[in-house]
Amino acid sequence: MFVNFDFDVIWRSLPYLFYRGMTFTLLLTALATAGGIVIGTLLALMRLSGTTALTVAAAAYVNLMRSVPFVLMIFWFYFLVPYIGQWVTRSAQPIQVGAFASCLITFTLFEAAFFCEIMRAGIQSISRGQVAAAQALGMTYPTVMGYIVLPQAFRNMVPVLLTQTIILFQDTSLVYVISVTDFLGAASKVAERDGRLVEMYTFAAAVYFIISLVASRAVAHLQRRVAIIR
Amino acid sequence: MITIDAISKWYGPTQVLRDCSAAVAKGEVVVVCGPSGSGKSTLIKCVNGLEPFQKGRIDVDGISVGDPKTDLPKLRARIGMVFQHFELFPHLSVLRNLTLPQIKVLGRNPDAARDKAVSLLDRVGLRVHAEKFPGQLSGGQQQRVAIARALAMDPIAMLFDEPTSALDPEMIQEVLDVMVGLAKDGMTMIVVTHEMSFARKVANRVAFMDKGEIVEDAPTADFFGKPRSERAQLFLSKILQH
Repeated sequence: MFVNFDFDVIWRSLPYLFYRGMTFTLLLTALATAGGIVIGTLLALMRLSGTTALTVAAAAYVNLMRSVPFVLMIFWFYFLVPYIGQWVTRSAQPIQVGAFASCLITFTLFEAAFFCEIMRAGIQSISRGQVAAAQALGMTYPTVMGYIVLPQAFRNMVPVLLTQTIILFQDTSLVYVISVTDFLGAASKVAERDGRLVEMYTFAAAVYFIISLVASRAVAHLQRRVAIIR
Repeated sequence: MITIDAISKWYGPTQVLRDCSAAVAKGEVVVVCGPSGSGKSTLIKCVNGLEPFQKGRIDVDGISVGDPKTDLPKLRARIGMVFQHFELFPHLSVLRNLTLPQIKVLGRNPDAARDKAVSLLDRVGLRVHAEKFPGQLSGGQQQRVAIARALAMDPIAMLFDEPTSALDPEMIQEVLDVMVGLAKDGMTMIVVTHEMSFARKVANRVAFMDKGEIVEDAPTADFFGKPRSERAQLFLSKILQH
């Protein structure tokens, strides 16, 4: 049944698919995860701060991000960011940020909302007694958080954080809406140029599947490694 | 050293402490006992400001705990506290549990902190376990580490909140031994406990609490010899049977 298929097209386009496409996908995933965890943790601390203004602001942000379709966000940011840049820098022209920077900002801000909820659950999983013990030793809020609560919260949440990252890895393909060449975008371009849609999309699906599968296996393994001895 | 003056505390409409007053002089050991829910733990947590209180005044070494201007972390660093559930930091090694607060709170250099930690672990008989994690130790060992961790801060007084209540019976003695040693070295201590043998051995005074009140506060011999209040008599008769 494969008589009419030309799988050689995959072989010929490998360098383009991986050097161009996969590099973009992985870089976007890694940077957005790192940025998202940092901003998400700060948002979680705001939500749990007990200060009404901070709690409301963080909660509003998270709820807004979670109630807007992601594709719309990507699209919207791509057109909006140049104008925000223009406004911030007070320049005469909209700032050219480029597709990658625009995607990175969107994904980071979007993922931050999810990582906020994950870190919030992680922080709440640490008992009051741990905080009391740290306070009783004279630790200030930044020390309690930085050395006692967050390290434990983070370790408890590593599996969930990485699972979210795998989802993010798959979601990066949504950048097609602004015609960016990620892995799927690259595959799609070759597919249309050579008229080999079935081969290329099948190959792309297989690659996403294998990477996600390997990554989730690695998460399960890591989960056992980082678990705190209790 | 520690004066508690007419403390009252409410959780919403429920009053949990009523007009509690007590004074602990330097080098004195005071045992606080009473039925569960009587406010013992709450009272002791007010002393280092872990629990806020609405009325009254607590002074530790001349510093008012309830004053909003008081630098609470700084004051707490000078008062050691030992908890019912140990509360060692499970993600840090035993040694790191002892050195981290010294380094981060007191600003000690890591070598000095380490030396201090090792000598204290030696004192509680756990030096060989320095590199282990808390989860690898027994309850009694964890509680001894917790005592060492508090001592590493060179506290002027120690608060014990039911330090043996969460322990298996065979581990209680090893923790009490460490506490008796501390008391004999002249440490100022407030100990919430039901271990009356400990009270008899080292306490200067015993305070008995019930329903948020300090019902009786008497020298140890008097308390066990002729408790004046009926509630204390009843409590003692129950607890001393076994």
